[in-house]
Amino acid sequence: MEKFVSHAEDHEGTRRDFLYYATAGAATVTTGAAVWPLVNQMNPSADVLAMSSIRVDISGVDVGAQLTVKWLGKPVFIRHRTQKEIDEAKAVDVSSLPDPVARNANLPGQSEASDENRAMAGKEEWLVMVGICTHLGCVPIGQDGETDGWLCPCHGSYYDSAGRIRHGPAPENMAIPVAKFDGDTTIVLG
Amino acid sequence: MAGIPHDHYEPKTGAEKWLHRRLPIVSLIYDTLMIPTPKNLNWMWIFGVVLVFCLVLQIATGVVLAMHYTPQVSSAFASIEHIMRDVNGGQMLRYAHMNGASLFFFAVYMHIFRGLYYGAYKDPREVTWIIGILIFVLMMGTAFMGYVLPWGQMSFWGATVITGLFGAIPGIGDAIHTWLLGGPSVDNATLNRFFSLHYLLPFVIAALAVVHVWAFHTTGNSNPTGVEVRRGSREEAEKDTVPFWPYYVIKDLFALAVLLVVFFAIVAWMPNYFGHPDNYIEANPLQTPAHIVPEWYFLPFYAILRAYTGDVWVVQLASFITGGIIDAKFFGVIAMFGAIIVMALVPWLDTSSVRSGRYRPNFKWWFWILVFDFVFLMWLGSQAPNDTLLGFGMSAWALMGSAYWFFYFLILLPVLGILESPTPRPETIEADFDAHYPAGEAAGDATPAE
Repeated sequence: MEKFVSHAEDHEGTRRDFLYYATAGAATVTTGAAVWPLVNQMNPSADVLAMSSIRVDISGVDVGAQLTVKWLGKPVFIRHRTQKEIDEAKAVDVSSLPDPVARNANLPGQSEASDENRAMAGKEEWLVMVGICTHLGCVPIGQDGETDGWLCPCHGSYYDSAGRIRHGPAPENMAIPVAKFDGDTTIVLG
Repeated sequence: MAGIPHDHYEPKTGAEKWLHRRLPIVSLIYDTLMIPTPKNLNWMWIFGVVLVFCLVLQIATGVVLAMHYTPQVSSAFASIEHIMRDVNGGQMLRYAHMNGASLFFFAVYMHIFRGLYYGAYKDPREVTWIIGILIFVLMMGTAFMGYVLPWGQMSFWGATVITGLFGAIPGIGDAIHTWLLGGPSVDNATLNRFFSLHYLLPFVIAALAVVHVWAFHTTGNSNPTGVEVRRGSREEAEKDTVPFWPYYVIKDLFALAVLLVVFFAIVAWMPNYFGHPDNYIEANPLQTPAHIVPEWYFLPFYAILRAYTGDVWVVQLASFITGGIIDAKFFGVIAMFGAIIVMALVPWLDTSSVRSGRYRPNFKWWFWILVFDFVFLMWLGSQAPNDTLLGFGMSAWALMGSAYWFFYFLILLPVLGILESPTPRPETIEADFDAHYPAGEAAGDATPAE
């Protein structure tokens, strides 16, 4: 009898432990499985994610003019730069820039922020960039800064005529999106 | 409740006894309303009731506004104008809700600084204080999301700038940013979720407010002397306290009525005084307003956010130590949230065993400098960053202002508590009360002159 009781107690102990861990494990997995969809639903939905690629006709953009198009909900500046702007941008020593990296999605990650690496390949008069200040996301105002480029009105970040940060709180140069020419008068974004 | 001895509810009639055995809800309400409250509370103790009123006002007006509002980017702005022009009484409801947020924050700042001056956060009221700060943070989130809903220019760009803060977190920032917005930029997904959360959070605040009240009903209210209510016997306790109902209810409601005269004057005659004209221009993702300014109640923290630029030595030091992980942008974000976190930690940062600032001769001055600092930062937050004052740029002033904020909490309060010699405190609340109101005058038994 005594042998039987102690035997049962041993079994009961391990069975309880097993049930405890199994229940806790199941509860954790179930909670995680229930919470994840509730978190993940906030990520971009399929229609937002559907990577849109747009074609922009630039035949009407004269020298010194800028076209702003909306792409992925963001403004993209397409600027037809003047020779003066190009010369000014080229005269800058890249190592003196706050952000010496090109931030050009068409180039390898650490390419230097020379004017050549910022402008459209082979067509240096065209500058295409996401018109969003890298500080907190405002849209800079064109040709309003002392650097002959852009000034962000929110917190005073100055960008030059190649869209590179010169001074102010913004940490990076304005981003260059994936873009290429299709013929001479059409730019494909994305 | 627990702690201070007082009388409890006794069901008398048959119906009361019947209900009490099944659900002691009358007893709960009775004990909550009749809680013994220190009889020396001054006018700074009215804001709890004012805040309860604000929450009720915001929920009531908010629920009815939601009946007419459309959380969709193409019609949100128009639906606000629909409320303003077509809905019966809609203009009044919206203006009350809009300015209700201002009253709410005015009251919460008075309430918080009251707590800081009288040491209401000290042992044993730390939990009350922490829950209060949590409510304050939720209020800020709720107000921010509410401001986005009209989908004006300030709504849109405010949302862009503030959600952009999360993008500053190293490594995972971009993923969090996209997750918060539901896309690459502020758009319909963002507006929809902000509406959902703006509706939800006030109820979370309401629940936390109940816990907040529960916590200080357990410890007993703080009071201007910081001396605790005597708990040895009921007679002793009754010499230090009066029941919350009717004494403080009537006092608080009177104060509320005075505040509401001012509030409704603003709602009726200058409803847009605290707003920005730019928010009556529909959101345009391609154009930023010339000057983005948050609502007045966010300005002190906004000033701290933008004070830390890349040319400030602490920012450069942080960047150097962390190998560039903490840059100027992230540092500003840390500073802004840090300014709130140091407030939450004040029960442990303040080393003085004397609760009330009334008996701390040096503390008083530093406290009033803190109040001035807060108002000064509020003003700085509204100024363009490139302006100057007395030869210094606004960002330099903001840097000094935020430096004092952190100095007060992180250095002054720990050190001052050790160095300072407090002045004598009254033995009891009764003694303090009698010193202010000599016998007879305040006893309440003075016969009115015939």
